[in-house]
Amino acid sequence: MTRDATEPAGRLIEVSGAVVRARCGVPVALAEVVWVGDERLIGEVIALDGDIATMQVYEETEGLCVGAPIAASGGPLSVTLGPGLLGSVFDGVQRPLDRLALSQGDFLGRGQHLEPLATDRLWEFRPTAAAGSTVVGGDALGTVSETPALEHHVLVPPMVGGTLVDVVPQGSYSASDVLGHVQAASGDRVDVRLVQRWRVRAPRPFRHHLPATTPLLTGQRVLDTFFPLACGSAAGMPGGFGTGKTVMQHQLCRWAQADVIVFVGCGERGNELTEMLWKLPDLVDPRSGRPLAERTILIANTSNMPVPAREASIYTGVTIAEYYRDMGYHVLLLADSTSRWAEALREISGRLGEIPAEEGYPSYLSSRLAAFYERAGRVVTLGGREGSVSIISAISPAGGDLTEPVTRHTQRFTGCFWTLDKKLAEARVFPAVSVEDSYSTVSIDLERWWHDEVSPEWAARRREALKLLEHAGQLRNTARLVGEETLPDRQRLVIRVAELFEEGFLRQSAYDVKDASCSPARQMRLLSLLLEFYHRGLDALDRGVPVRELFGLPIVAALARASSAFGDDQIAELDRLGTVLVEQCGAAARSEPDAA
Amino acid sequence: MTAIAGVEYVGLKALRGPLAFIDAVPGLSFHDQVELTAPDGTVRAGRVLSISEKAAVVEIFGPTDGLKLGNTRLRFEGSPLRLGVGRELLGRTFDGLGRPRDDLPPPLVVEERAIEGVVINPCRREYPRDFLETGISAIDLLTSVVLGQKIPIFTEAGFPHDTLALQIVQQARAPGVEHFAIVFAALGLPRSVALRYEEAFRTSGALSRMVAFMNLADDPAAERLITPRCALTAAEYLAFDCGMHVLVILHDITNYGESLREVSAARGEVPSRKGYPGYLYSDLASIFERAGRIKGRAGSLTQIPIVTMPSGDITHPIPDLTGYVTEGQIVLDRGLERRGIYPPIAVLPSLSRLMSDGIGAGRTREDHEDAARQLYAACARVERARSLESIIGRDELSEGERRYLQFGELFETTFLRQDPNQARSIEDTLSLAWTLFAELPVSDLTRLSPPLVARYLEAKR
Repeated sequence: MTRDATEPAGRLIEVSGAVVRARCGVPVALAEVVWVGDERLIGEVIALDGDIATMQVYEETEGLCVGAPIAASGGPLSVTLGPGLLGSVFDGVQRPLDRLALSQGDFLGRGQHLEPLATDRLWEFRPTAAAGSTVVGGDALGTVSETPALEHHVLVPPMVGGTLVDVVPQGSYSASDVLGHVQAASGDRVDVRLVQRWRVRAPRPFRHHLPATTPLLTGQRVLDTFFPLACGSAAGMPGGFGTGKTVMQHQLCRWAQADVIVFVGCGERGNELTEMLWKLPDLVDPRSGRPLAERTILIANTSNMPVPAREASIYTGVTIAEYYRDMGYHVLLLADSTSRWAEALREISGRLGEIPAEEGYPSYLSSRLAAFYERAGRVVTLGGREGSVSIISAISPAGGDLTEPVTRHTQRFTGCFWTLDKKLAEARVFPAVSVEDSYSTVSIDLERWWHDEVSPEWAARRREALKLLEHAGQLRNTARLVGEETLPDRQRLVIRVAELFEEGFLRQSAYDVKDASCSPARQMRLLSLLLEFYHRGLDALDRGVPVRELFGLPIVAALARASSAFGDDQIAELDRLGTVLVEQCGAAARSEPDAA
Repeated sequence: MTAIAGVEYVGLKALRGPLAFIDAVPGLSFHDQVELTAPDGTVRAGRVLSISEKAAVVEIFGPTDGLKLGNTRLRFEGSPLRLGVGRELLGRTFDGLGRPRDDLPPPLVVEERAIEGVVINPCRREYPRDFLETGISAIDLLTSVVLGQKIPIFTEAGFPHDTLALQIVQQARAPGVEHFAIVFAALGLPRSVALRYEEAFRTSGALSRMVAFMNLADDPAAERLITPRCALTAAEYLAFDCGMHVLVILHDITNYGESLREVSAARGEVPSRKGYPGYLYSDLASIFERAGRIKGRAGSLTQIPIVTMPSGDITHPIPDLTGYVTEGQIVLDRGLERRGIYPPIAVLPSLSRLMSDGIGAGRTREDHEDAARQLYAACARVERARSLESIIGRDELSEGERRYLQFGELFETTFLRQDPNQARSIEDTLSLAWTLFAELPVSDLTRLSPPLVARYLEAKR
């Protein structure tokens, strides 16, 4: 922000909704941030033609007139990075909504600008680097305890390197303070501050990628066991309205095993954000024992807020995620939903009069999506730490049609696909993840982790269960035509066991105190129990026990309720259930008159 | 208000549908209000849709037939479209642009507000949790509504949705709320339907606590885009400035969407699905997101929009995008309607997103959540049994499936069916639900917690 902002760079010549044009006397750059009109609305240059600049405006443009001044900022759209991000609420261009509420009241006015991070807040800084040492971008100068659970490393910005001339002693510093100076080989002297800025549309650099080998546990059985996400990978979650996308995103926000969560509410409902603001402070992070709000950064550009800011919001989110990754943390970015982001893109493209590709979307939709998902990854940072950004994005396909452009392109760039099914949702089976239409391409990379950390049998059991569920799906189609009663008992057993799987494994209530999250050990135990019942059931059938009788055993109801009856600390109870299972199935087989 | 206020301009360059094109006027601002006077002296309202150095486009809210390019006068107001608000709006009926339609003088207003409204800072919203009892069992138990929610009725042509909307307006109750203020917006309604509403409001005595904005089927399409915004500006004033609890009925959002498409086409915009503009979602959101509650303010703004699904297609862009913005939906069903069940609410596709935090002990009753889940599960089994029956016949069904067929009939005739004048308390509704559960084997009642079964089911047996 070096340019003199008092001199207008140009004057408006056209206003049509969120896109405006100006004739500029001073040359502006593509992607440069501008202030539009007397109210200084935030805008960004999106096209240049001679001295005419086309801009998208991040605030309501009502009341702008031809001739209104444009001021150039001298820089591209950037975010402010530093301690104080955790627990904050921002809009799509990083205006601090929580602090705006204090200073401006209940409604969002126009031209209200506040520094994203409070400048009057002091942070206790402890230097870890010594003056005279050689530093490169990504090296830590020192640390700040941003929350009791998270050490915030103050990093030398990327692209900066040389000799650390000096570093301030331990003490309290504010966001604007300079903490040290780096002398580059070229002779330039660079200030290192407590906060730094980074342009949102450019990925922050790192040394190199690492392969996906550890799961990003979500506590949700159907995901962790059947369609696992790896640390540093991306997942798409399409679902029509009412299929539970939002509840699922909220569940992931609570239970995912990440150090930092960036939640981007992109063109969604205001009340959903309010719900999170209301609930997060009371929820405790099981890993740190601290309120979940402390590890969460909310970016809220609700559906009624200006559309261009919605387009910017996912970039703001992913840049903040990369910043914490660079400190060596595992960050999860939840985007709800990328469809609304794509619609923002479409809307602006339409106003520019660009030739549309499919369904009015611009032809660059897929390359923009690819560029966004490629910012996920597990990496070695510039400073030599290991960190990751994982992305889970909800998709709201128009009419629930999974062949629409946003869903289809997302499928090409993500390794996990969790399809939420309307039929399951209508039957109130939540999470409504369809086993038939979901997949994870990284499950094979994660087998080693499960083998070492949970059970050597994980991969085999998982495959067997998936096969059983798929087989049951085919048999159900047949049963729908001829009636279940006419199928042979072994096939009916498959159908009934699959139903038991739905009830006792796939179904997991977000509101169940014991079961809202499920540890890998308990997931494995429940999986084994249900498969054990299937095997014993097959034995019993061989000994002449009819399916009807088998499913009259009390153990069946116990298995159906086991996931909500016994929590993560009650694995022993599940083991006991396994013993009862063997006894009851055995007794049923023995009581059969024609048993050997 | 700017220097352009009161400036007059004569002559148009072009006319296309509801759009008038004029030369550039210095000082004219985007979305400014315009008054157009035809050579015959008739007056129409309009607003500026785009401005440039050379020209401006004005959207006319009124018939443009018969207008000529020359001799037409424009007068600029120098401010965006506004509505005068005040308590005196109550009891009055306006046209789609907020002008009195009841032959009474204009109401006394305390201030003029831009109809586009302002965005509530999400951090200042109060999470809606207070149960709104409609007295309709299917809604109260299964898709419970809370104060400040937006929940549409998805319906089809010829269904009794207006009866249902009126019943909700009539019976709505909430702890500590004496009366709801009602804001009604007719969006492209046929005269006959609008008259039915007016008559019902008059006979029920609700008129004194309601404000109506009437845009009828033969009113101009461009005006229809303004009507819901006028209605919500009035509703916001009553809710957030006067502390009233306001119910807003918007009927019919589908007509609104059609008008948006019509105006968009006239502007030559690139269409997306089915010819609707790409900003349909954002535009609908700018209406629906005006529902809610605000921290530290007493009132609430609850929206019940009515959406006619074209050919009963729930995936049509208008119901589809509405469903993505609103907090649930109440879906009416053709099968039920044909069987003469009122209200014909389809249980499974209906949903209320704000339900779980608004019900339970201290709000409705401790067994509400479990009872709702159990009823959903039972209805899902009824559905399965019915589809099986239609393929293999009743005789081939298992005993369990036949029991659910019977359960389905009992559910529809004793629980779902309700007289349009009958209000059931939530206690009565829950009691009916437990009577139904008593018809099912205990082993099927997996959604009910054992202590609740002991307390409520034993009483029924």
